[in-house]
Amino acid sequence: MTNRLEATFERLRASRRKALIPYLMAGDPSLQDTETLVLELERAGADIIELGVPFSDPIADGPVIQKAAERALRSGTSLLRILDTVARLRTRTQIPLILMAYYNTIHAMGERAFCSQAVKAGADGLIVPDMPVEEATPLSSAATTVGGPLLIFLLAPTSTSSRRTLVARRSQGFVYYVSLTGITGAKLADLEDVRRNVAKIRRVTDIPIAVGFGIATPQEAAKVAAIADGVIVGSAVVRQIVEYQHDPRMPERMGQFVQSLRTAINSVG
Amino acid sequence: MPQLPDKQGRFGKFGGRFVPETLMPALLELEQAYLETRHDRRFQAELSYYLTHYAGRPTPLYLAERLTRTLGGAKIYLKREDLCHTGAHKINNTIGQALLARRMKKPRVIAETGAGQHGVAVATVAAMFGLACEVYMGTEDMQRQALNVFRMRLLGSTVTGVDAGSRTLKDAISEAMRDWTTNVRTTHYILGSVLGAHPYPMMIRDFQSVIGREVRRQALSAEGRLPDYLVACVGGGSNSIGLFHAFLKDAKVQMIGVEAGGLGVESGKHAARFAGGHPGVLHGTMTYLLQDDDGQINLTHSVSAGLDYAAVGPEHSFYHDAKRIQYTSATDEEALAAFDLLSREEGIMPALESAHAVAEVMKLAPRLKKQQVIIINLSGRGDKDVQQVARIKGVTL
Repeated sequence: MTNRLEATFERLRASRRKALIPYLMAGDPSLQDTETLVLELERAGADIIELGVPFSDPIADGPVIQKAAERALRSGTSLLRILDTVARLRTRTQIPLILMAYYNTIHAMGERAFCSQAVKAGADGLIVPDMPVEEATPLSSAATTVGGPLLIFLLAPTSTSSRRTLVARRSQGFVYYVSLTGITGAKLADLEDVRRNVAKIRRVTDIPIAVGFGIATPQEAAKVAAIADGVIVGSAVVRQIVEYQHDPRMPERMGQFVQSLRTAINSVG
Repeated sequence: MPQLPDKQGRFGKFGGRFVPETLMPALLELEQAYLETRHDRRFQAELSYYLTHYAGRPTPLYLAERLTRTLGGAKIYLKREDLCHTGAHKINNTIGQALLARRMKKPRVIAETGAGQHGVAVATVAAMFGLACEVYMGTEDMQRQALNVFRMRLLGSTVTGVDAGSRTLKDAISEAMRDWTTNVRTTHYILGSVLGAHPYPMMIRDFQSVIGREVRRQALSAEGRLPDYLVACVGGGSNSIGLFHAFLKDAKVQMIGVEAGGLGVESGKHAARFAGGHPGVLHGTMTYLLQDDDGQINLTHSVSAGLDYAAVGPEHSFYHDAKRIQYTSATDEEALAAFDLLSREEGIMPALESAHAVAEVMKLAPRLKKQQVIIINLSGRGDKDVQQVARIKGVTL
């Protein structure tokens, strides 16, 4: 059975296009806004949407996403309510949705319960930033039992060659390559290093490679798109929400930003 | 009982390594480097040299005669970790980790601190070994512990305020982990308690278990037998596991860990993880946590900043579930009463953290027979808390 996420990468590969994957913190500023924004970003050219699950202590995130998590928690967002939102979105769109959740939010619900509810709601993939492959067994056996979601693992510039092989083989849907040694929202410094590492990952896997962390502008998105199969833009998207939070046309403004990323990525396609 | 933790850093179902991939290679490198030092005579000799000549070990086991008489029950001894250099057991761990940082050729160390005791102990060894040092501290804690902030700066460290979340220890650890993620190639993170991802809980326990090894020898020499009870406060749990570890196989030695009861467990304003928490993952480890139904970490409260944290070390969670160690709590009020009692009866001002252990003994000792022996780990001295105690008593200095 092909999952929406895998189908999207196959379709893109066939047409030699690169995936644009914007990140939204679910519930920032409210889950209703998230619903509107997902549809708007799809119209603007997003191929896949990553939905952050807010956590009180997000150790892999820089200040932009930390503050977004605080806003989302203040608006009463929980993992259960996010899954409701995903289910509602599924009546209106088939865009692949990936959740990014710290382990404790999943553990609190129970690995098995989470996987079955995520599949039922229509979530396609899951990224757990504080779960290396060594700790993945409870979650991956739950996901295997209930038939989803796909577990996407991360590789970093510090990953050794044996870890590259280990992680690339375990990752489903795509490999998430972290472009820099640091946290989300940091400055992307060394594109040459990204190119080298993506090439090394390609040698050990056939699944697509998406690159995230530190990609803030259409120019950077275009450069990364030339290297990888997908471009993930997180903090820069979240920053737009803050900038336009009092603007009634916030969704359209966000759409314009994502469209500018799309245009830039297509220019290298 | 099997050797704990296992190769994956597990104490039963607790522990592990729940960190971003970026940090995994560093944790594996640290584990490797640490395991090598266990059999490296030169490293062990050096560690022992600094513990003796710099930290002031062994610390005395002192018979608290007046306290024993006043409470009118078991014989009470104090393990005087308060007499260590910098005033607490924290230095046992920071010397060990600074030596490791040097061995791994990391020129920079970072740390988190709540009250400032661990931060001062890190700043101290960084000065002595010539390492660059940056300490993360919640801005709320920086205000409450301005003296320790100044102390760390005098020692040549940078103190960076963390203005996120609750602006306390929890947020300082998160920020230190983010720094480590960013600077992992040049930096060693000196974590202060038996928390975090493997190998930290194991390594810090080992560095602190010098306390229990000394106590064992000292008790045998003073009493000709092992003690009946060991009592220690439990924040992350490094002083307590340091005392308990050498006795875990002695079934007759009972152990009590005392958590921060704050305003009372029923008030919700406390840091008693075993009374009010359940297992989950925070800052790299699976352990008992104070959290809500959605897995969001709760805010904690204690008069003692060193105990004011939502998670407990994973090894404690294991011994809690195995019922080998008993965990209880003392409220702010009880700890303050113990602070007064020990000051007046023995002329020893305990850290507010350690006062929680004394508070438990105030309840326990009178119920025991005169020939029974209790050992309290007096993990730190109370000088740092004098201003706060004055504030609570409504005294203007």
